[in-house]
Amino acid sequence: MKNENIIEVSNLTKKFGTFTAVDNISFEVKEGEIFGFLGANGAGKTTAMQMLTGLSKPTSGTGIVAGYDIRHESEKIKRNIGYMSQKFSLYEDLKVWENIRLFAGIYGMRDKEIAEKTDQLLNKLDFESERNTLVKSLPLGWKQKLAFSVAIFHNPKIVFLDEPTGGVDPATRRQFWEMIYQAAEANITVFATTHYMDEAEYCDRVSIMVDGRIDALDTPANLKANFEAADMDEVFRKLARKAQRD
Amino acid sequence: MKQFIAFVKKEFYHISRDRRTMLILLGMPVVQILIFGFAINMEVQNIRIAIFEPQADVYTQDIKARVEASPYFILKDAPHSIQEVDERLRKGEIDIALIFPNNFHDDLIHSGTSQAQIITDSSDPNIGTISTNYLRAIIGKQQMEWMSLQQIPYQINVTSKLHYNPEMKSAYTFVPGIMGLVLMIICAIMTSISIVREKEKGTMEVLLASPIKSTTILISKTIPYLALSIVNLATILLLSVYVLKVPIVGSLFLLIFVSILFIFLSLSLGLLISTLVQTQEVAIIISGIGLMMPVLILSGMIFPISNMPVVLQWLSALVPARWFIEAVKKIMIQGLGFASVIKEVSILIGMISVIVLLSIKKIKTRLE
Repeated sequence: MKNENIIEVSNLTKKFGTFTAVDNISFEVKEGEIFGFLGANGAGKTTAMQMLTGLSKPTSGTGIVAGYDIRHESEKIKRNIGYMSQKFSLYEDLKVWENIRLFAGIYGMRDKEIAEKTDQLLNKLDFESERNTLVKSLPLGWKQKLAFSVAIFHNPKIVFLDEPTGGVDPATRRQFWEMIYQAAEANITVFATTHYMDEAEYCDRVSIMVDGRIDALDTPANLKANFEAADMDEVFRKLARKAQRD
Repeated sequence: MKQFIAFVKKEFYHISRDRRTMLILLGMPVVQILIFGFAINMEVQNIRIAIFEPQADVYTQDIKARVEASPYFILKDAPHSIQEVDERLRKGEIDIALIFPNNFHDDLIHSGTSQAQIITDSSDPNIGTISTNYLRAIIGKQQMEWMSLQQIPYQINVTSKLHYNPEMKSAYTFVPGIMGLVLMIICAIMTSISIVREKEKGTMEVLLASPIKSTTILISKTIPYLALSIVNLATILLLSVYVLKVPIVGSLFLLIFVSILFIFLSLSLGLLISTLVQTQEVAIIISGIGLMMPVLILSGMIFPISNMPVVLQWLSALVPARWFIEAVKKIMIQGLGFASVIKEVSILIGMISVIVLLSIKKIKTRLE
C-alpha cells in the first residue's frame, strides 16, 4: 500500500427531491488499499458508489477518483476503473472467452494483448478446458471468480465491487477474497461493499454508513476497540441501531 | 468503432444462441402471410342454399340452374314447405333460401311482374348481406337475359370495373397490414426486451460503469433487429408476390424506402419503451398492448378506418402503422409514385423525430 490517495471525497451529497440519499460524506482511500464500504440496506452505499463510478452526478460536494474529477471527468474515470455489480455481471449466453474479449474490447485493449492475457488468465484460474463453455453452465463460484477476473482484466487503478459475494458459499467466498488480496498486491485498489461482517475483517479499513452519513471509519481493529466490541458484527449492530430510516 | 463492432457481434451471439426466439422471429412472417393469405378469407364462399319452388317452371329452373353453376353457392335438397325452410335455417343446415310463390311463371307472363323471397341467416350480418347480394346479382343476370329476348325501348348496361384488386382478393389488404405488424413486433418489442433484459440481469450497470457510451450501447442493440427485419421484409414481399400473387405495381425502391423508414420508427419506439420500464414483463405488456393492439385494430389493417367512430379515427392517426400501411397500399397495390405518399412519409419522419428526441431526453435525465 502506498501513501497516495486514489480516492478523495469531501462533503459529497446526493438528493433525490427532498430525500437525502447521501449526506455530506468525506473520506480518502489510499492506493492499493482494500476499503470496505459497509452499511445497512438503504443507507446510501449504492448511491455513493454510483457517484464515484461516474454513473450519477453529485448534488453538491467534490470528489477525485483515480486522479479525475467525478463531476466533470466521469469518462476518464470509467476508463481507469473496473466494476462488478451485485447481480452477476457476465453474459450467461456468451462463452467464457467471448465475455473476456467483449469487456476487454470495451476498455479499448488491443487484440494481441487480449489474446495473450486471456491465455494467462485461463491458465492461472485453471479454466483452460472451459474456454468455449457458455458461462451459464459454470458453477456459481466459478462465475464469480471469472466476473472478478474480467473486472480487473484491463488492469484498472481501482475496482469497485458491489456486494460481490452475495449468495456464495463460505469456502468460495474465502477463495474469492484470496483473489482480492492478489489484486491489491498488484496495486489495484479495491473498493467493496458487503453484507458479511466476517468479510469486513479482511479489509484494511472499513467505513460504516448510517442514514446517508459515514458514522465510523477506521481499521477493523480500531473500530472494535473504540466500540468495545468483540467482532465487526457487534460494531455494525451498535451503529445501525441509531438508524432512523428503515 | 472497434467497441461498436464488438458490441454488435455480442448482440448477434445473443440472438443466435436463443434458437427458439430466432425461429419465431424468422418464421412469424411466413406463418402470418400464410394464415392471412389463405385461412382468413373475407370472401364469402360455399354458401348453402335451398330453393323452394312449389310449381317448378321454365323460369324458376333457369334461375336454379344459374345458382347451381355459381361458385359461391352449394345447392341443397329442395324443401317441401316454407316450414321446412325455416327449420333448416334454424338448424344451420342452410345459410340462405330462395322462395318462389305459387304462380311465378303465370304472374310474370301476364302482369309482367312477379315476386320472389330471399331468407337469410344473418347472425353474421356481413355474410348475410354479401350472400343476399350474390343471389340478387344472379337473379338480375337471368332477368337481363330474358329481357334481351324481348324488345324494350331503353336498356342500361352497367359494366363495373374493380380497380387495383380486380379479383377482390383479401390478400391485397392483408399484405401491407402484415408488413406493419411483423416489423413493429420485431423492431419495437424485441429491441425493448433485449435492452431491458440487460437492466434486469445487472449487466447494464457494468456497461454504464465502463467507458462505452450509452448511445453506442443502444444503437448496437438495434443493429441485429434491423438486419432481421430486413430479412423479414424480403420474406414477406417474396411470399406475397410468388405465393399470394399480390403484385408490386409501384416502385420497389420506394416501397423499400418507406419500409426502412417504418423500421427506424419501430426501433426508436423500442428504445423509448426500454428507457421507461425496468422489467421484461412490463416491456412485453407495454409493447404488446400499446403497440400490437393498435396495429391490429386501429391501423386499417382489419377494420376500415372510414367506418370507425370519429374519436377512434383521431386515435388511429397516432398509430404509426396506419400511415405506413396506407403508404404501402398506395405504392404496392395502386402503383402510385413518391408525390402521392409525401404526406405519409412526412408524418412517419415527424414521428421518428419526436420519439428519438423523447428517448434521448429520457436517457439524459436518468443519468443526472
